[in-house]
Amino acid sequence: MWRYNMADSIAIFLDKCTGCTLCVKACPFGAIRMANKKAVIDMAVCTLCGACVEACKFGAIELKSSSGPKKDLSKYRDVWVFCEQKKGVVQSISFELLGEGKKLAAKLGVKLCAVILGGGLEGKAEELSARGADKIYMVDHPALKSYQDDPYTEILVRLVEEYSPEILLCGATTIGRSLISRVAVKTNAGLTADCTGLDIDEKERLLLQTRPAFGGNIMATIITPNHRPQMATVRHKVMKEAAVDGSNRAELIKKTYPGEVFNSRTRLLDVVEEIEDTVNLAEADIVVSGGRGLGGPENFAVIKELAKTLNAAVGASRSAVDSDWIPYSHQVGQTGKTVCPKLYIACGISGQIQHLIGMQSSDIIVAINKDPDAPIFKIATYGIVGDAMEIVPALTKEFKRILKK
Amino acid sequence: MHIIVCIKQVPNTTDVKIDPATNTLIRDGVESVINPFDAYAIEEAVRLKERLGGKVTVLTMGPPQAENALKEALSLGCDDAVLVSDRKFAGSDTWATSYTLSMAVKKIGAFDIILCGKQASDGDTAQVGPGISAHLNIPQVTYVKEIKEISAEKATVARMTEEGHDIVETPLPCLLTVVKEINTPRLPSLKGKMRAKAAKPPVWTAEDIAADPAALGLEGSPTRVVKIFTPAPRKGGEILSGDTADLAKELAELLKDVAIQHG
Repeated sequence: MWRYNMADSIAIFLDKCTGCTLCVKACPFGAIRMANKKAVIDMAVCTLCGACVEACKFGAIELKSSSGPKKDLSKYRDVWVFCEQKKGVVQSISFELLGEGKKLAAKLGVKLCAVILGGGLEGKAEELSARGADKIYMVDHPALKSYQDDPYTEILVRLVEEYSPEILLCGATTIGRSLISRVAVKTNAGLTADCTGLDIDEKERLLLQTRPAFGGNIMATIITPNHRPQMATVRHKVMKEAAVDGSNRAELIKKTYPGEVFNSRTRLLDVVEEIEDTVNLAEADIVVSGGRGLGGPENFAVIKELAKTLNAAVGASRSAVDSDWIPYSHQVGQTGKTVCPKLYIACGISGQIQHLIGMQSSDIIVAINKDPDAPIFKIATYGIVGDAMEIVPALTKEFKRILKK
Repeated sequence: MHIIVCIKQVPNTTDVKIDPATNTLIRDGVESVINPFDAYAIEEAVRLKERLGGKVTVLTMGPPQAENALKEALSLGCDDAVLVSDRKFAGSDTWATSYTLSMAVKKIGAFDIILCGKQASDGDTAQVGPGISAHLNIPQVTYVKEIKEISAEKATVARMTEEGHDIVETPLPCLLTVVKEINTPRLPSLKGKMRAKAAKPPVWTAEDIAADPAALGLEGSPTRVVKIFTPAPRKGGEILSGDTADLAKELAELLKDVAIQHG
C-alpha cells in the first residue's frame, strides 16, 4: 500500500483518503490542509494528538504508537492519594481525592491508600481512615513539618519504588504541582496535569484522565499505557469530598528513613500569610470578583462586604490588578488563578477571554455589568445589566437577611 | 552570572475563537507569541544580568518557526539563543520535553540559574520547569514572585502560595519558575530589534544534544492523548431586569440554596 509518509509516527493512506476534510476540521492545531484533494499534515505543527485519526471515517490516518513491547505491569497495585497538609491541617483537596480515589479503587478491585508526610501527625491516621482510606503510609519527621521539594520528592520516590502503586493522585496545588512533576521524572512515570475528570478502562486497567487545554476551549483524554504509576494532579472543587465514616479502620504503615533522606538543599526561612481574606481563592465554594467597572479601588469594599457575608473569596480581573486596585494574588484568569466554585459573582467585569479562561467552569455564574453587550453575559447563568455599585450592596443586604447575619 | 531562560512559543489565546458551526477552534490567523509567563522570566533574567553582570541564554524547543520567539527574546535583552528542533521531538509530553530541554542545558554548559515561566498558556501543565530540575538534579523553587537577595552562591526568593508566600533560600545553580507579579516586562529596544533581526540562532537536533532516542518525542512520552473533544459551549442564561431592590431580592432568592449551603 502506498502511503504519504510525513514522519515515522503518523501517516495518511492516500488510497483511502477521500478528501472529505473531516480531519481538517477535527485538528485542534490547524496542522492539516488539503492538497490535490488529499489531506497533508504539517509536521512542524502536528503534535501527534490523534484527533484526526478518530475523526477519519475511512481509516485513512494511522498513528503509530511505538511504545515498544508491552511491559509487565502486574506488580503495580492500589490507588494512592498524596494527602497534603499545611501546619498539620489536612487540606480539603485531599478529601476530594480520597472520595474520587475510592471509586477508582472499587472499579479496579484494589485498595485506596493515603500517603501523608509531615511533622507531628498525631490523629491524622484516624482522620484519613474516617475518609475511607484502606491503608495509610505515614512519614512523621520534624524536617517534613513544612513542604520542601527535596525531602518530599525523595520520600515519595522511595515509597513509590517500594510499594508500586498503579495510580497516584495529587492536588493541582502549588505544592502538588511542584512535587509530583519531580516524582514523575524520577520514577519514569506518566503524569497528567489539572484533571477535571477521572475514570477507569476496566479491561485495560487504565486511568482515563480528562483535562482542559487551551484555557478550557478543548478537552483531552489522556492515558499512560505502558508506565506505572499513572500519576495525575486534580483541580480543586471538581471532585466530591469523601464522606466521613468513623467506623472505617485503615491499616497504618509508619515508615522511617535514614537522616540524609530528610536533607534539603533549599531552606524555608519564613511562611507569610497574607491574611486580608479569610478564604483562599482556590478552595472557595463562592467567589465574588470585581473589575474595572467598579470605578475605583475604594469600591472593592462593597465586593469584600458581599464576600464576607457569603463566606466567599475575593477575586479580581486582570485590569483591576494591573491598575493596582487589589493585589495580584486575587487575579482570576489566564495569568492569574483558575477557579471553579459553586457560585461565581462577577461585578463590573466585562469578560475578556483571559478572564473567562479562569472561571468559566464555575457551576453558577452571575454577571453584573453596565454594558449589555459585555461578553460575560454570554456565559452567565444570571445576568443583570446595571451598576455594580448599586446592585452589589442591595444584594449583600438581601443575603444578610436570608443568612440571618 | 550565566542565566538560562526556557521559553515556549504558543498561540495567542486571546485570538482563539470557536467556530459556532463546527464547535472547533479557529486557528486561522492566530498569531504565535512568547508564552505570557515566559516574558516575566526573560525580563527577570535580563534584570539580573544588568545588576550582576554576565549573560542570558534563551532556549526553546519547537518547530523551526519558534526561531521568531527566540528573536523576540533577543530584542528584549537576551544575549544568546538556542533552538532545539527535530522531527524526533514531535509528540513529546512533559516528561520528554523536560528531558530534551535538560539535555540542551547540559550542552549549553555551566550556568547559575534557569528561569522558566510557571506554566505555558496552551497546555497549562506547570510540569516542564520542575521536570527540568529533576532531570538535572538541581534545587528548584516554583511560583517565585520576588528575588529578594542573590549572590554567586545563593538566592533568597518569595514563593507564592495559596495563603500568602514563603521565603525560601536556595543554593545556586537552581531552577526558578516565576509568576506575573515578579516584574513588568520592558518593550524591545531599537538596538535590540536590530540585533535580533541579524541573529541566526543555532538549531540543535537530537543528535547534537546527545539525547537517548528512546526518551524523545512520542516514543519517550509515557502519556498518550486518546481523545480530543470540544466541550459544549456554555450558554448564556437569563437576563434579569427591574429596579435595584427587586433585582437584588430576585437574585438572592435564586441563589438562596447555594448561599445557605456554603455561605
